[in-house]
Amino acid sequence: MTQAMTASLSNPAMQAKLRRTGLMALSIALGAFGLGFASVPLYRYFCQVTGFGGTTQRGETVPGVLPVAGKTMSVRFDSNVAPGMPWQFKPEHTTQTVEIGARAFTTFIAKNMSDKPVTGTAVFNVTPTQSGIYFTKIQCFCFTEQTLQPGQEVRMPVIYYVDPKILDDPDNKDTQQITLSYTFNPVEPSANRS
Amino acid sequence: MTTIAADAHGHAHDHHDADHKPGFFARWFMSTNHKDIGTLYLIFAIIAGVIGGAISGLMRIELAQPGIQYLQGWASIAEGGTASLDQAYHLWNVLITAHGLIMVFFMVMPAIIGGFGNWFVPIMIGAPDMAFPRMNNISFWLLIPAFLLLLGSTFVPGGAGNGAGTGWTVYAPLSTSGSPGPAVDMAILSLHIAGASSILGAINFITTIFNMRAPGMTLHKMPLFVWSVLVTAFLLLLALPVLAAAITMLLTDRNFGTVFYDGLKGGDPELYQHLFWFFGHPEVYIMILPGFGIISQIVSTFSRKPVFGYLGMAYAMVAIGVVGFVVWAHHMYTTGMSVNVKMYFTAATMVIAVPTGVKIFSWIATMWGGSLSFKTPMVWALGFIFMFTVGGVTGVVLANGGIDDVMHDTYYVVAHFHYVLSLGAVFSLFAGFYYWFPKMSGRMYSELLGQLHFWIFFIGVNVLFFPMHFLGLSGMPRRYPDYPEAFAYWNQIASHGYTIMAVGVGIWFVNIAYSMMFGAKAEGNPWGEGATTLEWTLSSPPPYHQFETLPVIEDNAHH
Repeated sequence: MTQAMTASLSNPAMQAKLRRTGLMALSIALGAFGLGFASVPLYRYFCQVTGFGGTTQRGETVPGVLPVAGKTMSVRFDSNVAPGMPWQFKPEHTTQTVEIGARAFTTFIAKNMSDKPVTGTAVFNVTPTQSGIYFTKIQCFCFTEQTLQPGQEVRMPVIYYVDPKILDDPDNKDTQQITLSYTFNPVEPSANRS
Repeated sequence: MTTIAADAHGHAHDHHDADHKPGFFARWFMSTNHKDIGTLYLIFAIIAGVIGGAISGLMRIELAQPGIQYLQGWASIAEGGTASLDQAYHLWNVLITAHGLIMVFFMVMPAIIGGFGNWFVPIMIGAPDMAFPRMNNISFWLLIPAFLLLLGSTFVPGGAGNGAGTGWTVYAPLSTSGSPGPAVDMAILSLHIAGASSILGAINFITTIFNMRAPGMTLHKMPLFVWSVLVTAFLLLLALPVLAAAITMLLTDRNFGTVFYDGLKGGDPELYQHLFWFFGHPEVYIMILPGFGIISQIVSTFSRKPVFGYLGMAYAMVAIGVVGFVVWAHHMYTTGMSVNVKMYFTAATMVIAVPTGVKIFSWIATMWGGSLSFKTPMVWALGFIFMFTVGGVTGVVLANGGIDDVMHDTYYVVAHFHYVLSLGAVFSLFAGFYYWFPKMSGRMYSELLGQLHFWIFFIGVNVLFFPMHFLGLSGMPRRYPDYPEAFAYWNQIASHGYTIMAVGVGIWFVNIAYSMMFGAKAEGNPWGEGATTLEWTLSSPPPYHQFETLPVIEDNAHH
C-alpha cells in the first residue's frame, strides 16, 4: 500500500495528470472570460430579435400588414439632446393617434444653434418596453447621421406603423399609448471638441 | 462516515523531517505549504474584516440619528480642509462601496475558501498538499496588492470627492462618466487582481480534489466540506471571468473611448447589470456554500452521527450552484422587464429554496436522535441554521418580482442579505474557526469566552439587522446617510445592536489571545467519536508535512 502511493505525487504520470486537469480548469475560466465579451453582440442581437427593453423594429418596405379598422393607438413623441449637443430638437406634434397596422408619418424639427457644422445621430427607444417588438419604423432620420450647418433648420421624417399583432399580445393588453423617444448626440467630436 | 485504516498517530515521530520548517521569511513569505498559506489567508481576512467592520461602525454612528452629524467632519478630515455637503455624500458612497467590496472579496472569500479551504481540503481527502503549491502562494500574495489598491483608491479623486463611490456593483454610467478620476480605475484593477487570485485558487482546488484523493476516498465518500469547496471552485471558474470581462469593458469605456455601456452612443448600461449579476448571484453562493460544508461537518461531529442524507446534501449543493447561474435578473426586476421575464426569474429563484430546504432539514435530521453536545462550534452552527433560515425566508419574499417592485433598494434588502451573509456566512466562519482552532493552533480555546462571544454576537447582530426589516417595509431606501424623522427609532436601535456586536468581536480577540498564551494543549481529536474526518487522525497542530504515507479509506463503515 505504501510505496507506490508515497511516490505517486512526485512521479511524472501524476504531474502530467495534475497539469491536464489544471489546464482544463483554466480553459473553462478563459471560455467564461470570452463569453463575457461575446455577450455584447449576443445581447444586442437578442434585443433586436425580441424587442427586449423597448428595442424597436425596422421594416425595409411598406408594411406587409393590413390596417385594423376601428383600432387605434396613441403615439407620443419625446425628444432630447445629449449634454453639449448644440441643437434644438423637437417633434412637430407631441402626440398622434394612428390606426393600428396603418402607415403613419410624423416630423421632427432640428436646428443647429451653434456657429459650427455639427453631425449627430439619434438613439431611440419606446416605452412601454414590451411594445418595442410591435413598433416598426420604415424610414427614420435615426438610421443615418445628420449634419446641420450653422443655424440650419431641418424637418426630419419618421415613417412607422404599429403591428396589429400587438392586439393579440396579453402583455400589451393595457397599452394605450406608445412613447417614442429620441436623443441626439454628437458624432465625431474631434471637429467640435475644445 | 468513514474509518481510517492507516495508523496516523505516528506521523510526527516516524518521519523525522516531517516537521522540519524553513526559516521565518521563507516560511511565511515564500510559503508553498497549504497550512501556512491557509493561516496567512485567515490572518489577512481578520485584518480586512476589522477594517470592513470598522467602516460599517462609522455608518451606524452616522445613521443613529436623522440628519448629518459626523459625515461632513469625517469628509473634512479625508479631503483636508472644509468639505462640502457633496463631498460628504461622496464619502458616504465611498464607505458603502468599501464595506461591500472588503467584506465580499477580502474577508469572506479569503477566510472561507482561502483559509479553511486551504487548511482542510487537502487533509480531509488525505493529500499531502495542494496540487500546485507555488500557484497557491501566488493566489494569496495577489490579494495583498489588490487590497492595497482598493485602500489606496480612497486617497485619490473619484468624482465629487476622494475614493470610489460606486457601490460594490460598480454600475455604469455612475462608474464611467459619473466618476472621473483614478479612484474607480484603481478599484476596478483591485477587483481584477482579486479575481485572478480566486480563479487560480479555484483551479488549484479542482485539480487537487479530482486527482489527489487518498486511495478509497471516492467522490461519494468525500466530506461535505470538500464537496462544498469543489462546487464553489466551479462557480468561481465560471462566474469570476464574466465579472473580469464586464469590468474590463468598464475600464476601456472609462479610459479608451469605447462605448460598451454608453446608451447615447449605441451601448447599453443595462448590459453591465446583466453581466455583473451573472457573476454577482453565483458570488453569493460562492460565499455561502463552503459555510454549508463547515456546518455539515460540525453538526455531524457534535451530534455523533453521520450527516443525514449525505448524497442529497452533496447534490443539493451542486443543484444550488447550477440553478444559481440562471436567476441573476432577480436583482434587476425594476429595470423594466416584461411580466413573462419576471415570472421566469421569480419561479427559477424560488426553485433554489428546494435544495436549500433539503440542506436545512437534513441538518435538523442529523441532530434528530443524536447525542448532542453544545460546544461553542455547535452553538455557532445552530445560530447559523436559524439565522440563515430567516434570511432565506426574506429571500423567498424578495424573489417575487411584484413584491420586489416595492422593496427594491430598501432596507428590507439590506436586512435580507445581511441575514444570509453577515449572520449566515460569518456565523459559519466563526463556527469553523472554533471547530478547527484546536487543530490549527494546537491549543484549546476558552469554552466560556466562546459561548459568551456567541451569545453577545448573536444578540448584537439581531438587534442590528432585524429592525432593518421594519425600516425597509416602511420604505426607507438604502445607501443614504440621512433619513426622515419617522425612521429614527429603529435606526437608533440598530446602531445599539452594532455596539453589542462589536463587544462580541472584542471577546473573540480576547479568546484568541488567551488561548494562544494559556490554552490547554489540544489532543489530536478533541471532539470525540463524532469527529470522523481525516484531520482528526493527525496531531494538533498537524505535522508540517502530513500524509507522507497516504491513508487508506476503508469501505465498510460508509453511512
